[in-house]
Amino acid sequence: MVKIKKNIAVSDTGFLFNPMTGDSFSVNPIGQEIIRAFQEEKGEEEILEEILEAYRVDRSTAEKDLLDFKKMLAHYKLID
Amino acid sequence: MKEKEMEKKSYERPVIKPLNSGLMNKFGTRTEYTPVTHIDGVSVKSLIEEYGSPLFVFSERKIRENIRDAKRIFETRYPKVQFAWSYKTNYLNAICRTFHQEGSWAEVVSIFEYHKAVSNGVPPEKILFNGPDKTDEDLRISVKNDSLIHIDHLDELYRLIEIAGEMHKKPRVAIRVNMDTGVYPIWDRFGFNYENGQAWDAINKIMAGDKLNLIGLHCHIGTYMLTPSAYGIAASKMADLALGIKRRYKKNISYIDIGGGFASKNTLKGSYQLGTDAVPDISEYAEQIAGSLLNAGFDTDELPYLYLETGRALIDDAGFLLGTVISNKRLSDGRRSTIMDFGVNILFTAFWYDHKVSPAQEFSRFTEDTVLYGPLCMNIDVIRENVTLPPLNAGDHVVVHFVGAYNITQSMQFIALRPNVVMIDLKGESHIIRKAETMDDVERNERIPAHLENFKL
Amino acid sequence: MSKASYTIAVTGLNAIDSPGPGLAVIRALREASSFDVRIIGLSYEALEPGIYMHELVDKSYQVPYPGAGQEVLFERLKYINAVENLDFIYPNFDAELFNYIALSGRLKKELNIRTALPDQEQFEARHKSRLFEFGSEHGIKVPFARPVYSAGEIPAVAAGMGFPLVVKGKFYDARVAYTVEQAMQHFNKISAEWGLPVLLQEFLHGSEVNVCGAGNGKGDTLGAVPMRKLYITDKGKAWAGVTLDDEKLLEITAKLVSATQWNGPFELEFMKTREDEYYLIEINPRFPAWCYLAVGAGQNQPEALVNLAMGREVSPFGSYEVGKMFIRYSYDMIVDIKEFEQISTVGEL
Repeated sequence: MVKIKKNIAVSDTGFLFNPMTGDSFSVNPIGQEIIRAFQEEKGEEEILEEILEAYRVDRSTAEKDLLDFKKMLAHYKLID
Repeated sequence: MKEKEMEKKSYERPVIKPLNSGLMNKFGTRTEYTPVTHIDGVSVKSLIEEYGSPLFVFSERKIRENIRDAKRIFETRYPKVQFAWSYKTNYLNAICRTFHQEGSWAEVVSIFEYHKAVSNGVPPEKILFNGPDKTDEDLRISVKNDSLIHIDHLDELYRLIEIAGEMHKKPRVAIRVNMDTGVYPIWDRFGFNYENGQAWDAINKIMAGDKLNLIGLHCHIGTYMLTPSAYGIAASKMADLALGIKRRYKKNISYIDIGGGFASKNTLKGSYQLGTDAVPDISEYAEQIAGSLLNAGFDTDELPYLYLETGRALIDDAGFLLGTVISNKRLSDGRRSTIMDFGVNILFTAFWYDHKVSPAQEFSRFTEDTVLYGPLCMNIDVIRENVTLPPLNAGDHVVVHFVGAYNITQSMQFIALRPNVVMIDLKGESHIIRKAETMDDVERNERIPAHLENFKL
Repeated sequence: MSKASYTIAVTGLNAIDSPGPGLAVIRALREASSFDVRIIGLSYEALEPGIYMHELVDKSYQVPYPGAGQEVLFERLKYINAVENLDFIYPNFDAELFNYIALSGRLKKELNIRTALPDQEQFEARHKSRLFEFGSEHGIKVPFARPVYSAGEIPAVAAGMGFPLVVKGKFYDARVAYTVEQAMQHFNKISAEWGLPVLLQEFLHGSEVNVCGAGNGKGDTLGAVPMRKLYITDKGKAWAGVTLDDEKLLEITAKLVSATQWNGPFELEFMKTREDEYYLIEINPRFPAWCYLAVGAGQNQPEALVNLAMGREVSPFGSYEVGKMFIRYSYDMIVDIKEFEQISTVGEL
C-alpha cells in the first residue's frame, strides 16, 4: 500500500508542499487525483480502475504511467 | 460502448515536477508545445498513415516562397542578380528542379553533383563548379562543356592551364578568394587569400598566360553567418579586386559570386536566443552586399553580375521530419527520457542545432523537461539534450522543424534503413520524392567471396 | 493641472547578492515628482524578492524566459496589458534587451506601451565582441579584445595578447586568466552558461569607474553621474560607491552619447589607468543596479526617460551632488508560502 507522507497537501492549483523538507512541486490534474486517492488509502488496482473508468486510455499505458508516477513520488521522498 | 468511450476525459500521463527554486537559469525554459497538427494543410497523422514513420516532408510552397522572396529582396537592391542552387545542401532531384524552375542555376562541388545537375537538365554553361577536388578528367569535362570553373588552389590553376592548352579551348574561370571580414575564425582553407597577396598572384598568373578567360571572382566567407556586415566587407574586397583587374589589365570582371552562408532560422547549440529571433533577415545581408557593390566605383554599364549560392536559408524551413514516440523511460536521476523512432543517422544536424520539436496533437499546459533520444543502440544518438514538452505517450507523433538543409545529403544508412521523403505540392497533394531504402538498395553492391558463402552455427 | 498617473512594468526584481536594477528603478519612479505610478513587476523566477515587496511593487507577473522567443513574450505582455493597461516598460536584464528592442515598435503600435531603449544598431555596436571596433570609430580607448568560438583558438590569441587576460561571457561573467589552461577552463565554463562567442580581452591595471546616464536619442546626454566602487563583493558587484567630480569622464560620456545618438539608459564601465587614461570596458544598454545613487545625487534619470517617452518636455540635468554614497544592505522578508504558491502556480501575485 502506497502511503503518502503525512502533512502533505495538494492545492487545487496543483501546488504540493512537503513541510518536512521544504520542497515544493507542481502536479498535473490526474497526478493530483492519484495523490488524493493514495491519501484515501485506495489500493493501486482500485486507482487504476478509476482511471480506466474516467479517461480514454488503455490499461497497459495507464498501468505503466501509474507505476512511473509512484516511482517519482518515491524519488521525491513523498511516500513512506 | 463507443459512446461511453467518448464521454471519458482525454488522458494525460500523471506528472509531478519540483518547482524550480533556483534563481534565474540563464538559458531558461523553451516551451515548444504549441502543437503542429498539419503541414501545408495536410495532417501529420494522415501523412504517417500513408508513408510511415519517420518521414521527411518538404513544402513546395515554402521553397518557392523562399527563393522568390530572396530574389525580390536582392533584385530590388541590385540590378543584376543570379541565384545558383547549392547542390550539397539538398540534391534530391525534385528539390533541385523546383529551384531550377524558379530560375536558379546549379552550384556543385564534385563531379558527382556536376553530373546530377547535367542530368537534371541544367545547361552546363550555367553550372558553377566549386571545390578543391577536381580531377584532370573533371576539368576536361567542364572545359568541354564551357561550365564556370572556380579555381581553388595553385595546383588546380596550373593543371587547368595545361589542359586548356591541350584542348585548344579557353575555359571561363573564376578564382575563389578568402579574406578577413572581421568574423573569426577566418575561412582560409579554400581559395587564395586577399590580404597576403595570393589572390593577386593567381590573377597575374592567369592574365599573363592568356590560356584562361577570367570572368568572375568567387568567395564564400563562412557558414551560418550571423553578422551581415561581414558580407559588406567581403563584397567591397571583391569589388576592389575586380576594379584592380580593370585598372591593370583593362579587363571587366563580369560577375562577383558572394557564395552562401546566410543563416537559417534554426537555433544553434550554445546560442542564447532562438534562431527565429537572432538570425538576420535576408534583406540585411542584401543591404550590405548591394550597398558595397553599388558604392565600389564601377561604371554603371560595367556593374558585375551578383551571383549567390544561398542554400541553407532557402530550404531549411521547408523541410520537416515527422516521427513517433517509441517509449518513455525514467533515467536514474529522475529525468524523463523519450525515445523517438528517428535518430542522428537521419537527423545529422542534431549534432549542431537544438531543433525545434513540436507535438502533433493537443495537450494541457503541464510540461516536463525531457531528453529526446533516437532509436539507435548508440550513446551518441541524442536528438535534444533537454527540451520542455508536454507528456508524450508511446505512439504520439512529433514534428521536427528546420530540417531541410544538409539532412538529406548527410544522412547515413546506419543501423536502420532511411525513410520515405515526400513533397507536398502547391495543391496540397503529396508525392514521394525519394522512396524508403530497401535491403536490396543497401546490399546491391555487396559481394561475398566464395569461401564466406556458407557457415554452420 | 492634476498630476499624471502611469502604470509602469519593470523587470529585474532579483535584489539578491548580485542584484538586478529593477528595485532601484522602481524606487526612482516611486519618488518621481512629476507623476504618480502603479508598478507592475515582471519576474522570471518565483523567488525574485521584488515580487514579495508589496510596498514597492503593486502586482507581479511571471514572464517567459528570453530563450522562449519574442512571440511568446509578446503574447504574455499582451495579456498583462489587457489587465493592467501599461504605459511604459523598463526591461533591466541584458539577456532580455534584444527581445524588447525588437518588440519596441510593436509594443508602441499595437499595445501603446512605450519604452526607452537604444535601437538595434546601437545595441549591436556596443556588443562586447565589437566594442574595440566601436571605440576606434568614435575615438575612445578600448582594451584590445578578440572573440573566440572554440578553446582551440585560445593559445594563438593569447600569445598575441600576453597574460594576464580577461575571459568574458557574451552577457555576463568576466574572469582573469594567468595561463592558457586557466583561460581554457574559463572559456568552457562561460561558454556553457552564456553561449558563444567568448571574449578574450587585454588586462588593464587601474581602478574601475562607472557612469550611470541617459540619452535622448538626439545626441544629448540627459544626465550622467560618475561613481567609483568603494567596496566590491566576491562577485565583483559594488557594495558601496561614491559619486565623483570627474570632468574628463563626463566629457567622454557626452562624446559617446553624441556620436551614437544614444537613446535610453546606459551604464558605462571604464578602467582608469595609473596614467589617468580612461579605457571603455563595457556599455550596458540599461540602468545599473546602483542607479538609485544618481537619484540620491539629484538626477532622477528613470523619471526623466518616462517623461521623454510620454512626449513631455525634458531638459538635461545640470548637475549632481559629488560625494554622495550608497551602501547596499540585505534584509530578510517574512513571506507566507501561500504567496510563493500563488506566483509559482498561477504566475501572478
